[in-house]
Amino acid sequence: MPALLGGAGSPHHSPGLRWSLLVVVLILSVMASSAAASSPAASAAGTGQGNGTTLHTDSKTNGTSHHTKKAFPVLSVNYDYVRMPFEISLWILLASLMKLGFHLVPRLSAVVPESCLLIVVGLLVGGLMKLVGENPPVLDSKLFFLCLLPPIILDAGYFLPIRAFSENVGTILMFAVIGTLWNAAFTGMVLYGVCQAEGGELKEVGLLACLLFGSIVSAVDPVAVLAVFEEIHINELLHIIVFGESLLNDAVTVVLYHLFEEFSNAGMVTLADACLGVVCFLVVSLGGILVGAIYGVLGAFTSRFTSHTRVIEPLFVFLYSYMAYLSAEVFHLSGIMSLIACGVVMRPYVEANVSHKSYTTIKYFLKMWSSVSETLIFIFLGVSTVAGPHEWNWTFIIVTVFLCLLSRVLGVIGLTLIINRFRIVKLTCKDQFIVAYGGLRGAIAFSLVYLLSPEHFTKKNMFLTAIITVVFFTVFVQGMTIRPLVELLAVKRKKETKHTINEEIHIQFLDHLLGGIEDVCGHCGHHHWKDKLSRFNKAYVKKWLIAGDRSMEPQLISFYHKLELKQALMMLEGGGTYTNVSMQNIQPKRPVPERVVPRMSRGREEEVRKILRANLQNTRQRLRSYSRHTLFEDPLEGEEEDYSEAQMRKQRVEIHRRMSHYMTVPAKQNSPPARRVRFESDNQVFGSTPASTPSSRFQVSVVPSIQVTRAPMARMEQLSQESVSLVDESQQQDSERGGAYSSDGSLGAELSVPHGESDHLRLPRCFSDPGPNKMEEEEEDDEHFVS
Amino acid sequence: MMTTRTCCGRQFNAPQYSSWSLEANSHRNNMGAVQSGPTEHEFQDIADRTGFSLEQIRNLHKRFKWLNNHQETLRREDFEKVLNLSLNPIRAKIIQAFFDKRNFGMNEVGLVEEIGFEEFLTVMSYFKPPNKKLTEDETEALRTKKLRFLFNMHDTDNDGTITLEEYRHLVEKLLSTCETLEQDTAQDIADAAMLEVARTTVVHMEPHEVYEGVTFEQFQQILKGIELETKMNVRFLQVNTTTMHCGK
Repeated sequence: MPALLGGAGSPHHSPGLRWSLLVVVLILSVMASSAAASSPAASAAGTGQGNGTTLHTDSKTNGTSHHTKKAFPVLSVNYDYVRMPFEISLWILLASLMKLGFHLVPRLSAVVPESCLLIVVGLLVGGLMKLVGENPPVLDSKLFFLCLLPPIILDAGYFLPIRAFSENVGTILMFAVIGTLWNAAFTGMVLYGVCQAEGGELKEVGLLACLLFGSIVSAVDPVAVLAVFEEIHINELLHIIVFGESLLNDAVTVVLYHLFEEFSNAGMVTLADACLGVVCFLVVSLGGILVGAIYGVLGAFTSRFTSHTRVIEPLFVFLYSYMAYLSAEVFHLSGIMSLIACGVVMRPYVEANVSHKSYTTIKYFLKMWSSVSETLIFIFLGVSTVAGPHEWNWTFIIVTVFLCLLSRVLGVIGLTLIINRFRIVKLTCKDQFIVAYGGLRGAIAFSLVYLLSPEHFTKKNMFLTAIITVVFFTVFVQGMTIRPLVELLAVKRKKETKHTINEEIHIQFLDHLLGGIEDVCGHCGHHHWKDKLSRFNKAYVKKWLIAGDRSMEPQLISFYHKLELKQALMMLEGGGTYTNVSMQNIQPKRPVPERVVPRMSRGREEEVRKILRANLQNTRQRLRSYSRHTLFEDPLEGEEEDYSEAQMRKQRVEIHRRMSHYMTVPAKQNSPPARRVRFESDNQVFGSTPASTPSSRFQVSVVPSIQVTRAPMARMEQLSQESVSLVDESQQQDSERGGAYSSDGSLGAELSVPHGESDHLRLPRCFSDPGPNKMEEEEEDDEHFVS
Repeated sequence: MMTTRTCCGRQFNAPQYSSWSLEANSHRNNMGAVQSGPTEHEFQDIADRTGFSLEQIRNLHKRFKWLNNHQETLRREDFEKVLNLSLNPIRAKIIQAFFDKRNFGMNEVGLVEEIGFEEFLTVMSYFKPPNKKLTEDETEALRTKKLRFLFNMHDTDNDGTITLEEYRHLVEKLLSTCETLEQDTAQDIADAAMLEVARTTVVHMEPHEVYEGVTFEQFQQILKGIELETKMNVRFLQVNTTTMHCGK
């Protein structure tokens, strides 16, 4: 393994080398520790020593020991005492380091999906353990379902794109319920037929066992789908269809699993049982959702009162969700659906209630947990493959893999035929292909098979092997080829950019418009119900679940506030806006603006500055959003290191740009005819629009900067010369103290963006009155204009 | 009944295509025909022109009749019958769109006082999902058509641009359901949006220049991100008859 990893890392020398070294050290330590722990002699010795030590400590604490004969043990070993947490931490560390290393090798991550690589790592670790003479641990089903799965599902549910999900919920349900049923039935039946036809030892596999196996193997796995689909950045529609299906089919799988397990224990099936199965499905799915929703409402309600204990705020989200999952599991309801429902219900209210910091905490914790869980699941999958008892049967396994593919393709094509009649946006052939091909299987199926009792299922080991083969086939073959295929077919990708405010306005506008049109034509469609729901939500629910004024805040406004913040930050970071269209340009002509030069006392100014600095620094962290897979590509990441340097560079560029701009001003007087050139008289020159008084909100972009109307042509020449000298001057100042710079004091009119460094933050002008160093310039110019 | 129309150019055309079916219909009723609506043939005629299916047209006609109490034309007041519409923050704009001549596809401007069934259908057809798979060009045309409809909704004075005033009005309306809102917020949002348009569409601007407003080309450009051709659709198949009866 070290050889292989070294090979992979060799083109990129330093990180590869470091990585493989780390891995080697780590693996060795894993080996060593587990070997030491479980070889009987060592462990016996360890225990003996451990007992001795504890005894010793006891006596020491009691203070009554005077008669110990042996010497005081300076160094003693008690590995057993820490063994479990130690090994767990070691595994997690291994998993995290693997993830880290994986992202350090860029070429590898472009070809192989992370999940594949992690399975390989798991295989290697398992193999090494076997070599050392160890029994590699198997992915324990209890551990999997109680600890590893919930974080991933909660992460998925909490950040579920509601709009896309609700718009496609019919399609998703169709695939999740009917599709999974079809897959299970088809695979089970045909498999049974093949087993009977093949004869031999396969003959003892009963119909129920086959159906059970079919239902396990037919469910698309959310973990595997997430891992692969997040990397290929497919468009939102396909992503939500495949991913939503993988989430919602859990109810079907749970019911089928318990149904067939029960039947094969009883050995008899009646029609009544089958009917009960259908009822059971409704109970399991709806019950799961209900349980989740109840906990979600509770969580939202709790978060209403946490304003005094912000520290534990995020914890409530996790605890209530986990409780929802566990409560659902108690009644054999669908835990996954319960978690999803809980996350979806809780999120809008919790986000309105908690502080920004808590929001960040929730987000990062969820992402961290789910990411670690996912890594561990794949590694354990590899390890258990080495460990597990295998029974290889060529016919059974090949037929299983083949049937999985076939039933998926048939199911998707058949269902799409029906679905497309009801869809406005039809699923194209490409879409169908991706949906069919993206149906990856994963660790849930493996764990379910692992849970089967060997008494009732004599062929459990064969099932296990077949499942592992299917998982490996889908994750490796399909997972690795789906990215090239997506590129080859030119499937639409996800839009990378965020919504602009215009788009947000129009999305809202469209919602209302479509709702209105539906009302006019009396059609109770999607928008109609959405309208009703949001009205109900606004009228009743929000009052109870959200504290304070924010309950009344429409989405557009919160969106706008986020955007404002982001722009404020961009300006502070110096990235700013590179166009020089300012508020003044779009402002309709106003009557003579009253001359307002805001002045504040030094102390007050300092205070405001401090508040803003605190706020902006906190939020800067938040806005740099985290994603498992963009960690690497984040353009801001690199900048972080030589932050100030980059800033200096930007300032230079900006200065040069401005210089050239002002130099060419006279030449550009003949502006395009479409735009009205505005000249105003000399005497009213300086004024700021009323809105520019400092406010607690960051209205950087919107608050008009101090407005200076351009003097007539005759003065242009003179003015621009001045400004150049001023720029020079400030450039000097700038390099001297790395402070803020703004040349618009004199020429105003642009949205001024003073650049501050992180340790020497300056306020944009619009936040407060111009800083002391600009005061003189201002006054000077003032005189100049008036004269 | 046509005399109430305000625009003279319209007056000439209006009887032709807004009331023909109704006249024919009433005529037939007098003759004692069993059928109460326009004939299949007439429906087929509209279907060919607007692209609606016969069933959709029948449903919409039923609705149209209910809205205007079996009159021949629809007036602004008739929209008050739609209960849910009264809760819609942009209801004024929606109703306005039904009476805006620019949306009738006749290259005319101005407003009318009342509309016939065909105009009603024409406005509705902006929200009709495409029947077949479209080629790239057709998709683009559809998109432009829908965008133009939206643009006309915003550009109330029909000067070819959405001015800041109009944009502010729009955002204010959008946020009008929210009681606790300061007046400034809506304005700020509109200003920010306008500034964004100006930034993304106009590369360079001198400080003294004035950005007049969003032109249709710029409007197209800023809404590139929204797949309007897939989003701006309403299914007209099932018209809910219960609300129709309840409404009565």
